[in-house]
Amino acid sequence: MTTSPEGSPQPWPLWEVFVRPKRGLSHTHAGSLHAPDAALALQNARDLFTRRQEGVSLWVVRSAEITASSPDEKDAFFDPAGDKVYRHPTFYDIPDEVEHL
Amino acid sequence: MNSPALGSSSAQYVTCLGDDALVLAQRLCEWATRAPAIEEDVALMNLALDLLGQARALLSYAGELEGGGRTEDDFAYGRDEGDFRNCQLVELPNGDFATTMARQLLFSAYQHELYRSLSASTDERIRGVARKALKEVAYHREHAAGWVVRLGDGTEKSRVRMAAGLEAVWPFAGELFESTEFTDVVEAGIGCDAAALHRPWLGYVTSVLAEATLEAPTTTSWAPTGGRQGLHTEAFGYLLAEMQHLHRRHPGATW
Repeated sequence: MTTSPEGSPQPWPLWEVFVRPKRGLSHTHAGSLHAPDAALALQNARDLFTRRQEGVSLWVVRSAEITASSPDEKDAFFDPAGDKVYRHPTFYDIPDEVEHL
Repeated sequence: MNSPALGSSSAQYVTCLGDDALVLAQRLCEWATRAPAIEEDVALMNLALDLLGQARALLSYAGELEGGGRTEDDFAYGRDEGDFRNCQLVELPNGDFATTMARQLLFSAYQHELYRSLSASTDERIRGVARKALKEVAYHREHAAGWVVRLGDGTEKSRVRMAAGLEAVWPFAGELFESTEFTDVVEAGIGCDAAALHRPWLGYVTSVLAEATLEAPTTTSWAPTGGRQGLHTEAFGYLLAEMQHLHRRHPGATW
C-alpha cells in the first residue's frame, strides 16, 4: 500500500504477466499481480510465476494499458472466420520436425 | 575425511552453516499471511524455502560426518537451545518489514560471499551445496537490496523506519566474520575463513546503503556474539518451542 497525500491508502496497480516457456515460443499470459512499479512487478512475477522453471523470459504490462475486445461483440469479431475453411491451414501436410505450429 | 578429529570438526562447522539457514527459514515463515502484500508474502516464503533446502542438505551431511546416525530431523527437532550453533543475527525477532529486510540484506550478502568461497571447497558435498545455494542467495540479496533502497530512498516515514531497522540489526553482523575455532577445517580447504569475507561483504552492503541514501550505523563497542558457542538471545527459545513442539509431543509423527 502507498498512501496518497490525503492520507487514504491506495492499492497498488494491477499488472498482467506474460511468460515465455522456452526459446522459440511466444510469451503467454500467465496471470496478474499487484505492484507499485514495473521493476517490482517483474520481481513479483518471478516469485509468483517462474519459481519452478516455467519460463526463460517475462513481460509485465499495466492492466490499464491493455485494450481488450468486448465480450458483447464476440460474434461479430470472431465468428466470420468459422465458415471459411480456406482460412485454416488444413490442406497442408506438416512435416514431423516442425514443432509448435 | 582424513582424521576423526577433522571429521568431527567439519561436522560442527557444517552444523553452524545449517543452523543459520534453518533458523532464518523459521523466522521468515512467521511472515506467512502477514506480509505487506500477498506478492511479498509469496516472495518471503520462497526465500524461507530456499533456506530450508540448504539447511536440510547441510544438517544431513553434518549427521553423516559425525557418524552417529543423527538425521536432519534429529538436528532440527531434537536439540536444545544451547546445542544450536547459529549466529544471533538470524534468530532476531522480525520486527517490522524494514527490520526484516535489513537483516536479510546483511545475512544474504554474507551468505553470498560464504557460498562463493565454499564453491571451491575441497569437500565435494559442501562444494555441491554451495554452488546450488549461491544462485539462490544471489536472488535473496537482490530482493532485500531492492527493498532497502526503496524504503531508504522512499518517503520520510519509510526512511526513518528503514534506518531504525538497520540500526537494530547492524551490531549482530559482527559475529558473522569472527574467526572461529575451525582452523583445521579452514586449513584443509573444507571451510573458509569467515574474517576474509568481511571486506567484500562490507563493499556490497555499503554500495546498497549509498543507493538507499542511508549510512552504515557507526560501530559501537557493543558487539553481541556467542551464537556459535550456543549462547542465544531471549527470543530464540520461543522460536524453538514453536518449531519443535509438535515433534517433541509426537516423536516421529508424519502426515
